Formats: sequence, C-alpha cells, structure tokens
Amino acid sequence: MSLLRQQGSTAMAPPSVTPAKGLRTPMAGRRPGGLSASTRHKGMGLLLVSPFLLLFLAFLVAPLAYAFWLSLRTSTLVGGDHFSWFANYQQTFTDPQFLSGVRRVAVFGVVQIPLMLGLALLGALIIDEVSSKLAKVFRMTLFMPYAVPAVIGALMWGFLYSPTFGPVNSISNSLGLGKVDLLGHGLMLTSLGNIVTWQWTGYNMIVLYAALQGLPREVYEAAKLDGAGQLQTALRIKIPMISSALVLTLMFTLIGTLQFFTEPRVLEKTASSVITPDYTPNLYAYNLAFQYSEFNYSAAISFSLGAVVFIGSYFFLFATRKRSGLK
Amino acid sequence: MTTVAAPAVTAAPATGRRPSAARSRVTVNVVMVAMILYFLLPFWWLVVAATKDNDALFSTAALWFHSPGAFLINLQELFTYNDGEYLRWMGNTAVYAGVSGVGATAVATLAGYAFAKYRFPGRNLLFSSLLGAIMVPATALAIPTYLLLSKVALTNTMWAVILPQLLNPFGVYLVRVYVQESLPDELLEAARMDGAGELRVLWSVALPTLKPALVTVLLFSMVGTWNNFFLPLVMLNNDKLYPLTVGLQSWYEGAMIQSGANALFTLVIAGSLVAILPLIVTFLLLQRYWRGGLTVGSLK
Repeated sequence: MSLLRQQGSTAMAPPSVTPAKGLRTPMAGRRPGGLSASTRHKGMGLLLVSPFLLLFLAFLVAPLAYAFWLSLRTSTLVGGDHFSWFANYQQTFTDPQFLSGVRRVAVFGVVQIPLMLGLALLGALIIDEVSSKLAKVFRMTLFMPYAVPAVIGALMWGFLYSPTFGPVNSISNSLGLGKVDLLGHGLMLTSLGNIVTWQWTGYNMIVLYAALQGLPREVYEAAKLDGAGQLQTALRIKIPMISSALVLTLMFTLIGTLQFFTEPRVLEKTASSVITPDYTPNLYAYNLAFQYSEFNYSAAISFSLGAVVFIGSYFFLFATRKRSGLK
Repeated sequence: MTTVAAPAVTAAPATGRRPSAARSRVTVNVVMVAMILYFLLPFWWLVVAATKDNDALFSTAALWFHSPGAFLINLQELFTYNDGEYLRWMGNTAVYAGVSGVGATAVATLAGYAFAKYRFPGRNLLFSSLLGAIMVPATALAIPTYLLLSKVALTNTMWAVILPQLLNPFGVYLVRVYVQESLPDELLEAARMDGAGELRVLWSVALPTLKPALVTVLLFSMVGTWNNFFLPLVMLNNDKLYPLTVGLQSWYEGAMIQSGANALFTLVIAGSLVAILPLIVTFLLLQRYWRGGLTVGSLK
C-alpha cells in the first residue's frame, strides 16, 4: 500500500510512538524566563522557517486549494468550463464505480489490517521477551521488506503468484490439488493483502517493539511477584500500556489502506480482467485524470478521499484520546 | 500462513515449572522460524530467479537454482539493454533520492530548530497545520500538483519529482522534538555570551548535537524518495527521466504485453535484485538510526 504507507505507500511518514508529546509540544516552549533568545530574535525564527513555509504553501496548500477549485467546476466540449458547485461531489457519492472501489478497500481493510497488526503485535511481544540470536534474525528479517520499494514487492509476489511459473501453483499441482488461480476474481484481494502484509508487518512490529522497550521494567517484576504468567503480563499489562502506539500504527495503516494504489497498479497488466480501472478509489482517480482526461471529476475524487482521510484521522485521534493515554 | 500458530506463543504460562517453560520456548521458536521463512520467501525466489535464463525461468522449479552461470549474462544484459537505460534509471534514482533527501533534511532542520528555539508570529498555527499535514495523503496531492506544475512547464522534468519531496513535515516534527530534548537553552545562551551570532550558534553548537536526528531524517527521506512510485509515475512520461521503480514497472508491463516470449522477464528480475541491494545494505548498516526515527517520540 504503500501507499504508505507508504506515498504511495512508501514515502509515508513514520509515526512517532507517543503522539502525546506531539500534541503537547506547542506548549512546551512557553517556559517563563526561558525566552531570552527567542524574543530577541523574532526575525531569525521566521527566516529559518521560511524555506519550509514556502514549500508548505507551494506543495501542500496550493495543490489542495487548486484541487478544491477544480472540483467545483465542470468542463465539457459543448458547455465549456464553468462553475458547477457541488455537482462533481454529488456524482462522486452516487458513482457505482467509485462506491464499489470504496467497498472493496473497506473489505480489504477489515480483514487485512487486524491480521497484519495482530502479527506485528505478536512479533513485538516475542522480541521484547526473547533475546536469543534467532530473535535478532527474526527482527531483521521481518523489517527487511520495509526497505523494498512497494513496486518491487508487488513484482516479486506477482511472479510468485504466476500460474505459469510461480512455485505456489507447482506445489499445489504436485499435491494433486490442481490449479489455484491466485490472480483470479476469487483470490485477488487475498493475494494483494498478502503482499501488503508481507511489506508492512515488520515496520509495525518495530514501532510496537520500540514502545514496549520504553515501558518501565519494574511493572513486570511486580506482576511476576503477584504470580502473573507471561500471557497475563502480555494481555493485562503490556498491550494496554502500549495502546497509544497501537492506535498510531492503526491510524497510519488506515491512511495507507485508503490510498491503496501501487500493488493493484502493478498487477493490473497481469490480470486486467480482474483489476479494473476503478479497482480502488485512488486507482480510479488516477485513471480518470490520465486515461480519460476528466480532471475536474478526478479532483473531486482525490479531494473527497483526502478529506475523508484527514477528518477521519483527526476524529480517530480524538476519539481514542483517553484510550491511547494522551493527556 | 503463520497466523494459525500465532496464539500459541502466549498460551504457555510461565509458571516456572520446567516442562511448560521448555514447551513454550519451543513454540516461540517454531513461530519465529515459520515467520522468518515466510518473510524470506520472496527474497530467496528473487536470488534464485536472477540466476536463470528465460527458458529455465519457465521450465524449472521456481525455488531452486538451475544454471547459476546465467546470472552474469543477465547482469550484462540488464546494464546494456536499450542503450543501458537501467543504469540511467539508477542514476536518476540516485539524483532524486540524493537531492530530495539532502534538501528535505536541510529544510526540516532549519524549521525544526526554529520551532523549538524561537518564537515568531504564526508559530503555533503553522506547527498545528504541520501536524495536520502529516495526515494528508500524498497521493491526493500528486494529481493537483501535477496540474499546477504543468502550468509552469515543470512537469516531465527532474524538478517535478524533486521539489514536492522537499516538503517533509514529519522530518520537521522529528527535529523539533529532538532539539527540545537534547539541546538546552543554556548551551545556546553561553555561545551567544561568547559573542557568536545566531547562525554561528546554529552551525557550530546546534548542528553537531543534532547529528543523529539529521541522519535519521536523511535516511527516511532518501528511502522515501528511492521507493516512491506514484509521484514520478504522475509527473513523468519521458522514460529517460524515470526512476527505477517506474522503469521496472514499465519493463514488466512490456513483458506482460508480449506474454513472456522475450527476455524482459529476466531483466525485470535481475533489475529488481540490483535495485534492492543498496537499500538492504544501508538498512542493515544503519539500523540504529532507523530505530532512532521510530522511537523518537518515546525519548525520555
């Protein structure tokens, strides 16, 4: 997904483990008396921040504003280019192609996200507890796919899935199970989910592991004295105490899933009857813009998608504030 | 795959009784080995497949070597195919990752330091919008950015890939947190007392302290650019400017269209292997910096 996840999935910013700090930081600078330099050098602060500010305006604010403006207009051969207000949005939310993409991504997320985060949590609990050589190899191996571009991850799995020379098929053939069409209608979403899980489990595991490592050890000792086993310690102490990291990994995974693009795009040519141009909302927006030159409508879809992600993550953070231990 | 075995690891209570402790140890090891095998599978396949010629690729067992000598031929083919376009893509990728990475790190350092140590009008507003910006999906920005850049004739140039990736809000956040936690005001104040100007303080007092954070930001932004697919795909249609990700995908598409009856498959495979090697090496060598980036929020 990478989208995310990564940009595409890939360039997505890694989450910090405790959002609490982030939300508190704006206040942190307000120490009484500690401002000497800051007050003297107002201009300096602005100067240092100005390159970032320029980029922020040019490559975040301007594209968003422009996408919004475009999305309010309609351009037709007959009618020319004119304001149509929210007509494109009306079309978006009644467009069966868009809605089927949204449904597909939702189904995908409901199954894949818990599976992947569960696996990541399991891995994190293991490497937190075990410090053998095997555990070290385990940690590195699981993290390795994160260094692989999503395109290459999808290419490798695409080959492995291949009905002509992929090992999966030769194995099931030799077992007498016949052909399994991993790239057919029935299994495509599962196959895509496997690629994403392979790529991102290790990354999430390391984030959760870092959070586990930050917990005070005395708590476990106390639990041990009280007779709690490893299972109980994990369920009752460790998992609740890293809930803020869990919430963050969940949020970043959701953002990545909503942008799902790279993997279906790569497998598109292999299975063009299964991966249609509207397979995911993001793929649909891309194809509308670059295959059909429907820039206005494409902008409406991009903007809706961006808005959903943005508002969704704010609400999500807000709703889980108590649970995630944000003060 | 491994999920079935998963719950077992925690299912063995460590009550201290020997047999159950040993059993749970074995279960944990089995789970780890199973997961290692699964996560290594594509890498193993890639290495094996890169040593096969086109015929062997289709006719021999996928997970074992057949004609290792073909690896060198594949490599030679890879670097010379179509006037060596693979090398050109590799060079492009290095330029994109290098320029964007260094640029983004420089911008993020200045801004993060300013957010942490100076007060200026609009500071809090800008910082909260920066936190929001981390959540704006990059793919939603790519298409409007493309349209805007096409108005100033910058699409289909290297700048179209480099400029948008100079913006790295998370990097700014990371530097800010790091500055606040590791650079006391007193240190800066002392340098000022000695008569150092603001830039001098930044250059010779702040930067050396911030080095680990800068390496982390640099790593994340370089790898982000190296792996990026959507942005260059949208921005470029001249294949001379492609980075590796877009180039390999175009080869793969070409191979698919010709339904495997040509040598492009072996090129895609060898090309994928060569493309991920530098990343994995950097990765293993610079592990502690990676972890630095992932744990920064929990620094005490």
